[in-house]
Amino acid sequence: MPIKESDIEKVAQLAHLELAPEELKIFGPQIAEIVTYVEQLNGLDTTNVAPAIGGFTPEGETTDSERNDELVSSLGQKTALAEAPDPAEGYFRVPKVL
Amino acid sequence: MSRQTVEAAIGAAEKLNDTLNAFLAIDREGALQRVENSSGALAGVPVAVKDNLCVVGMQTSCGSRILGDYHPPYNATVIQRLIDAGAIIIGKTNCDEFAMGSSNENSAFGPVKNPWDVTRVSGGSSGGSAAAVAAGIVPVALGSDTGGSVRQPASLCGVLGLKPTYGRNSRYGLVAFASSLDQVGVFAREVTDMARVLGVIAGRDNHDATTADTPVPNYLESLSGELKGLRVGFPTALFGEGLDDEVGRSVKAVVDVYRELGAEIVDIELPHAGYAIAVYYIIATAEASSNLARFDGVRYGFRAEEAPELRQMYRKTREEGFGPEVKRRIMLGTYVLSAGYYDAYYRKAQQVRTLIKNDFLTAFTQCDAIITPTSPTPAFAIGEKVNDPLAMYLNDIYTVTANLAGVPGLSVPCGLSSLRLPIGFQLLGAYWSEPTLLKLAHSYLEARPFTERPPVNADNTD
Repeated sequence: MPIKESDIEKVAQLAHLELAPEELKIFGPQIAEIVTYVEQLNGLDTTNVAPAIGGFTPEGETTDSERNDELVSSLGQKTALAEAPDPAEGYFRVPKVL
Repeated sequence: MSRQTVEAAIGAAEKLNDTLNAFLAIDREGALQRVENSSGALAGVPVAVKDNLCVVGMQTSCGSRILGDYHPPYNATVIQRLIDAGAIIIGKTNCDEFAMGSSNENSAFGPVKNPWDVTRVSGGSSGGSAAAVAAGIVPVALGSDTGGSVRQPASLCGVLGLKPTYGRNSRYGLVAFASSLDQVGVFAREVTDMARVLGVIAGRDNHDATTADTPVPNYLESLSGELKGLRVGFPTALFGEGLDDEVGRSVKAVVDVYRELGAEIVDIELPHAGYAIAVYYIIATAEASSNLARFDGVRYGFRAEEAPELRQMYRKTREEGFGPEVKRRIMLGTYVLSAGYYDAYYRKAQQVRTLIKNDFLTAFTQCDAIITPTSPTPAFAIGEKVNDPLAMYLNDIYTVTANLAGVPGLSVPCGLSSLRLPIGFQLLGAYWSEPTLLKLAHSYLEARPFTERPPVNADNTD
């Protein structure tokens, strides 16, 4: 499928990126070229091939990752907020939502 | 003794940084303090760490502006294990932004220079760690490998670089790029050092559900012994188009060495290897677009100013905070996951990933390890491929298959090109076969020691 500049704009919006017009111009053809390249996969018959979701080894798949349902310590409010750009009264403050 | 070693490492890191740009942060004071009471298997060993692994008391920038001056509140598990073993982390190394790149030119803080020729790239994305080890600043360093980001810079800088089996090392505290492909890897000049460090950091971690509960062998003990009986697979089809002549010849010469050492060389095929880059750039970007959604200016890092509304703030923060390659990959990943395209791209790629995985499973019934080049060419010039993302992606042609299949891969230096640039070969093995790969590397380097040093190195700082 050929990719148009409007597709790139839509994708940028979905990805929460505000691209400058110059960026749109550069990214458009580059992404189109890459998409064309990856479309070579369409030439391959994958009927009845299961997707490799997860990427695990057989040993990884059988590893039990459950833990006991016990309280464990966590970061705590002060540490969690220590790197926040705009903390206020124990919260992450953000610009108005509505 | 170890204080002197650490002091020398820090001195060299500081002195060479103007030339190499390998470090984004050097912790002189902290390192010298920690060395006083260090004890354990790696007591007093100076280590450099890629700047996408969390270390308390140091910055973690991931080579990006979006993390601002981020200081993580906890240590990555692999870091904690190094510290517990007495290793001294001297600083954080430069890398492509969020580990996305094959040349280190995508770092927001400038490219790392190759110690063999400072007009050339170090490789990437863990270029700073590779250059720091190559230049003799530290004996070992950590990096992360999602599609070759440890092995390729190791090859371009003339050092050893290991990507272990998926699930061997914990990813807790490694800033995620593509979670089903990422693995923490090790750089070293000596196989014994690599074996020691891997033995310390490997193993199950409750903080990372993808670590496997598989015993960690004694990697040092596995190094000795003959190669007789070992079968090395040679995938003839991968030694064709796109491979530099000198690299091809060097790697074929390695095959002859293995034959001399008693290994049996068997022809093998990886029929779907040619699709690996396409599969990789769908899966890796899809996972990245999701992983990098967390960088939104709310909880940590950089926040754009003058955005009176929340959504605007997200967009401005990400627009100003991310560099071009990261944006490109987030968009590509968003595109392949978007409504209507998921089956055509993402699901298809995951199916072909199964075929690539099965290729390896079949190959490893016929051989114990596979030999390939690590990179199709030696180090290229800074700026050479920067405007052609697809050409840059093709650098990873030999390395991405291991990440897609989850198998381990090890790059080993095997000589210099006519321009005196390092050439490396790659050994790929079945799941958990790190002992075999290390043994093969060890035997090769015993037979053909790589003793050349780059012109920019710690003993030559004038």
